[in-house]
Amino acid sequence: MSILVDSGTRLLVQGITGREGEFHTRQMLAYGTNVVAGVTPGRGGQRAIDGAVPVFNSVAEAVAATGANVSIIYVPAPFAPDAIREAAAAGIALVVCITEGIPANDMVATVRYVHERGSRLIGPNCPGLLTPGQAKVGIIPGNIAIPGPVGVVSKSGTLTYEAVDALTRLGIGQSTIVGIGGDPIIGTTFVDVLALFERDPATRAIVLIGEIGGRAEIDAAEYIAAHITRPVVSFIAGQTAPPGKRMGHAGAIISGGEGTAQEKISALEAVGVTVARLPTDIAQLVRERL
Amino acid sequence: MKLHEYQARDILARQGIPVTGGGVATTPDDVRRIAEAIGGRVVVKAQVFVGGRGKAGGIALADTPADAEAAARRILGMNIKGLTVEKVLVAEAITYEREIYLGVVMDRATRAIVLMASAEGGVEIEEVARTNPDAIVKIAAHPMLGLLDFQARDLAFGIGLRDARQVRQFAQIASALYRIYMETDATLAEINPLVVKADGSLQALDSKIVLDDSALFRHPELEALRDSSDEPEAERRAREAGITYIKLDGDIGCMVNGAGLAMATMDVVKLYGGEPANFLDIGGGAGKEKVKAALQIILSDPNVRAVMFNIFGGITRVDEVARGIVAALAEVPTSVPMIARLVGTNEVEGRRILAESTLIPAATLAEAAEKAVAAARTS
Repeated sequence: MSILVDSGTRLLVQGITGREGEFHTRQMLAYGTNVVAGVTPGRGGQRAIDGAVPVFNSVAEAVAATGANVSIIYVPAPFAPDAIREAAAAGIALVVCITEGIPANDMVATVRYVHERGSRLIGPNCPGLLTPGQAKVGIIPGNIAIPGPVGVVSKSGTLTYEAVDALTRLGIGQSTIVGIGGDPIIGTTFVDVLALFERDPATRAIVLIGEIGGRAEIDAAEYIAAHITRPVVSFIAGQTAPPGKRMGHAGAIISGGEGTAQEKISALEAVGVTVARLPTDIAQLVRERL
Repeated sequence: MKLHEYQARDILARQGIPVTGGGVATTPDDVRRIAEAIGGRVVVKAQVFVGGRGKAGGIALADTPADAEAAARRILGMNIKGLTVEKVLVAEAITYEREIYLGVVMDRATRAIVLMASAEGGVEIEEVARTNPDAIVKIAAHPMLGLLDFQARDLAFGIGLRDARQVRQFAQIASALYRIYMETDATLAEINPLVVKADGSLQALDSKIVLDDSALFRHPELEALRDSSDEPEAERRAREAGITYIKLDGDIGCMVNGAGLAMATMDVVKLYGGEPANFLDIGGGAGKEKVKAALQIILSDPNVRAVMFNIFGGITRVDEVARGIVAALAEVPTSVPMIARLVGTNEVEGRRILAESTLIPAATLAEAAEKAVAAARTS
């Protein structure tokens, strides 16, 4: 079992003919993901990835022809909000947006629109999802993950790889790895993913990787206290970050003394979450709590 | 990107918000001429990107043009919290009865643009939030319809305005400020204070606009307002190369892909007893040129005694990073020891490229941090 993506995923790639889209579609195919279609407006009728994937002009056309149910977006930032809306309008149930640098205000109406259409958005500015052995939807390197009982949810991309790699080295596999993204406004939050993991019988422990800025980790702590029965291990990045400086992610800034790593670590520890000092310690702590 | 007070004021004025007249000057002579044109009492205000200008002596009232000139002589060139004052705003001094706060910000938790108002203006809103949170009234604009007129009126009633004409004017100003926030793609637009004058009318005395860097691509007119005077040279070069670089006080230079991993790398360096010299995120999918620029920026900091590369390839290809490191070292030879920990997409090819270099390899983040701390101590 797993959450959100699995061997039944029929994946559509928006921006399949772009540099990143093409590179990562090859990686997803090599992993065994069922990539059924690509979309690039104006390139309909062509075939991408050495003829392996049909390209359509619109998401609606691609869905009608192939039954795609998940979309992944590698479209440049100026066009990405429209790509998200187009996927939601075409009835795609799960839309994953990898694109970094989307204007924050554009996401306000976009996230609302996606919800109104009944779709779920993951991201933007995220590494996507990986259900080991079943489907890679995004850019998480497949070779670092193995199937198993740990659900991983994270705001960061590469920091997640670090934690997953360490888990795998200890022989502890993952049910699904979800990168929710580091922007101020994202489609799916820690709380949403925690709820999905709690309902997944295959997930027996959860790893939550957060960072400074905002209060999503505090909300997660409150939710864990009320609803999560599985053990949770966490790491919060940015313990040494100075206040007032935006640490790369648009969301990662300590402002007005709020959103510090210490505040989040305390909130998580108060509800029984084990918080690691090193990202690579996460694996050992998970082993102890499984 | 922050705008100066005078730049924000001009944007407010174009949207019909009443602001104080006056002009910007870089010399005491110009300050006198502007004060003469205004006539009467003026205020001379330092234009620097820091809070607390008034307390630092960067704001002065002047009764005559000669006084204004004297104040300008004192303020221009003055150092406020590390920044040199190069420009002053000379504006008509207004008398007023009380101060209001009005701001537009993004609220992540509700995923909405929120308007905040408080009858306790004139102090920082964070201060009000700490001491008297009930004095702040918040209203979320609709994600698709925007700020509705009745919401703007509710905000006025919420802070205790009752006079019909005043409520109408406040609502107009709130709507205009919301429009400015959306049209400029800001992350913050605030008027503080918005003052109530003796005749009951409202006027913006000071304002602040911070723009979303991710949206500047569609605002060349706002990009043109950029004042890089407070931006360190290395951070400016990094921004132009599409790299996020923040200089810190330590001696271990860090090059990492991904903001979360970059923060964690700093944390780990510190845990092993070292001090990071910088935060540096080369971003996703960085190519050779970007890596080269990043390394040159790290090495431009004279405090750097060791450099640590922590690259976990996903969208970033490890072989591209390795090529960038080799190219940079060929152009700028250095004796600074370098520790490379490169894993993920195309890592075998990446390690092959670096095998011929003098870089010290590390298999894990902890090992890399340990080696970097040791190298910085002995170099």
